[in-house]
Amino acid sequence: MSAKTTGHDTPAGDLRLVNLTKRFGIFTAVDDLGLTIPQGSFFALLGASGCGKTTTLRMIAGLEQPTSGQVLLGDRDIARLRPYKRPVNTVFQSYALFPHLNIFDNVAFGLRRRGIRSVDDEVMRMLALVQLDDFGHRRPAQLSGGQQQRVALARALINRPQVLLLDEPLGALDLKLRRQMQIELKRIQTEVGITFVHVTHDQEEAMTMADTVAVMNAGKIEQLGAPADIYEYPATAFVANFLGQSNLLAAEAAGPAGSDVPVTAHGARYSVPAVRARVATGPVYLGVRPEKLHLVDAADRVPAGHQYVTGAVTDASYVGVSTQYLVRTEWGSELSAFAANSGLGGRVPVGASVVAHWDPRHAFLLPRQPGADDSTAGLLDEPVGASS
Amino acid sequence: MTALAHVPTPTGQPAAPPPLPRGGRRRLLPYLLLLPGAAWLLLFFAVPLFQLAAASLYDPSGSLSTGYALTWAFGNYPDALQAYWPQFGRSFLYAGIALVLAVLMGYPLAYAIAQKAGRWKSLLLVCVVAPMFTSFLVRTLAWKTILSDNGWLVGLLRDVHLLGPDGRLLATPVAVVLGLTYNFLPFLVLPLYASLERLDYRLLEAAGDLYASPVQTFRRVTLPLSMPGLIAGTLLFFIPATGDYINAELLGTPNEYMVGNVIDSAFLVRLDYPQGAALSFLLMAAILAVVFVYLRRAGTEEVL
Ligand SMILES: Nc1ncnc2c1ncn2[C@@H]1O[C@H](COP(=O)(O)OP(=O)(O)OP(=O)(O)O)[C@@H](O)[C@H]1O
Ligand SMILES: [Mg+2]
Repeated sequence: MSAKTTGHDTPAGDLRLVNLTKRFGIFTAVDDLGLTIPQGSFFALLGASGCGKTTTLRMIAGLEQPTSGQVLLGDRDIARLRPYKRPVNTVFQSYALFPHLNIFDNVAFGLRRRGIRSVDDEVMRMLALVQLDDFGHRRPAQLSGGQQQRVALARALINRPQVLLLDEPLGALDLKLRRQMQIELKRIQTEVGITFVHVTHDQEEAMTMADTVAVMNAGKIEQLGAPADIYEYPATAFVANFLGQSNLLAAEAAGPAGSDVPVTAHGARYSVPAVRARVATGPVYLGVRPEKLHLVDAADRVPAGHQYVTGAVTDASYVGVSTQYLVRTEWGSELSAFAANSGLGGRVPVGASVVAHWDPRHAFLLPRQPGADDSTAGLLDEPVGASS
Repeated sequence: MTALAHVPTPTGQPAAPPPLPRGGRRRLLPYLLLLPGAAWLLLFFAVPLFQLAAASLYDPSGSLSTGYALTWAFGNYPDALQAYWPQFGRSFLYAGIALVLAVLMGYPLAYAIAQKAGRWKSLLLVCVVAPMFTSFLVRTLAWKTILSDNGWLVGLLRDVHLLGPDGRLLATPVAVVLGLTYNFLPFLVLPLYASLERLDYRLLEAAGDLYASPVQTFRRVTLPLSMPGLIAGTLLFFIPATGDYINAELLGTPNEYMVGNVIDSAFLVRLDYPQGAALSFLLMAAILAVVFVYLRRAGTEEVL
């Protein structure tokens, strides 16, 4: 685990999950999870549906008993503590607003249960924060989905817990409101110093808000790190395609040569800097992000030092800020390339033969199952940042 | 109708003439559906009620053999009340105590079946209803055996000195209240179960997450959300329990008689129809008053 094993410098302390496991029958939903989330940081948990994100949050909140492992807050193991004794609040994926209470009483619920009597100012402040000032007297059933979601947020946030668990708290909001709420959340988090554990399907949200992002797959953490680090240098093929898109070419590597790792893919030879190779021998994926793939019309226009493949444009879709191209290679795989609509350089027509080139310093090598073929993004109708 | 068909709708489009026969039948349909029930109620509820009201105002000096005269004898009411107010009060007292006992037993039972029983849910529900498969009378007679002086229960209670050496259960108010509690419990449990069944456990989790202890969660979330079922259940329990006379008859003595016993004897033994009818109406009015006050209070506080 991390070097921070005691919370002496911070009385409250970090949130640590140690060998946390949850089994439902023979099905392992969370598999030997180990994590340290520093106090006051914004931690985002990303992963496909059903990979165990909600289960992890529920164990932190105390709503699910871990099969084994510890949940530590500072030095204290809270894994066996009843939920109402934990300084942790949750924004539930299903909102779970109390239908018999109005919005005001819903938001005031936590404060009142802790014996605080004068709650009016605080509740009104929270309602203003989530832009529901005039809705205090309404029942949850009289609100839209997005409004209910904001009530759920206010109801948890008002308690200023040590750790706030957010299970897709902004999923039902439109883009504008979501951006607004993201900014508010981030502001509150930095102001109050609450540890946020934020589950989201929105990669852009995770990347813009979080200090640390963890990508989860089948109950395990595949990669954990700063958003830019994960994006620029993913650890596995799953992460490379879950966080943004990647063109992954099936290749064979034969060990490092100097500071580079030479590989062969589909009969051509490429190389990747050794510092960007997760593996240097055997079956590998040669990965390049679509926006790092540039299109030119002839091989002699490829800049010095760049590597390339040739192919033909099979599809071009204009998405405003960029144009997304699909390029079919000679061996039949489709690569995706994004070109910024900067006004420089014209658009490439469908059917044109092109050369797609990249700077090897932007490429990366990932482990590959023997026999696995190219894994390319290929999904033009799904822009970056959309839910996966 | 033909003239109507040419009146333009607000959009300026002439309204399509409605298919007359179908439209007419559609409008009649709700009434047709109402008809059997309404006819039944009229024949077997409204008419007898009216007759009973008339009977309560008959000349009390009449009899079945000499015939009755409708003399608007409103004095029947105070007379009946004066003669039988102890039985009247007992009805409400016994039913009230039985109700409290039934809620104390029935609420946890309904909660356990609805929220915790998992796949045993259906079986447990059947167990709650199963006693209804035998007659009310038979069940009460069975209680007579259970509570009898040489039964095991009385023996046990005497052994642990909860009862004196010649203390008994049968023919005491305790037996009547226990009988009422037992016999009407399913009427309380079933509606309560229905509303607790619908209670989303995630709301209970949310309450726990928001610092509510189990007791507070019950007080603030579970109870208010199950209030409709609790109200329906208590009414379904209390109303028949107040009017019951079998339990007092079989498990008690004339000292435990409730107003139902008096009405029973007025109609079937003493053949004093005016008094029986007056007592019936008094009971009905009293129950309605209690229910009204109850609904007003419960309705303003916790119910959705
Ligand atoms: N009570 C339960 N009993 C059995 N299996 C469960 C239970 N709760 C969750 N699971 C299983 O555990 C896995 C993880 O569920 P979890 O709710 O944590 O997923 P998630 O990552 O939050 O997914 P989503 O993004 O769809 O919300 C799923 O395969 C789910 O079917
Ligand atoms: Mg989930």
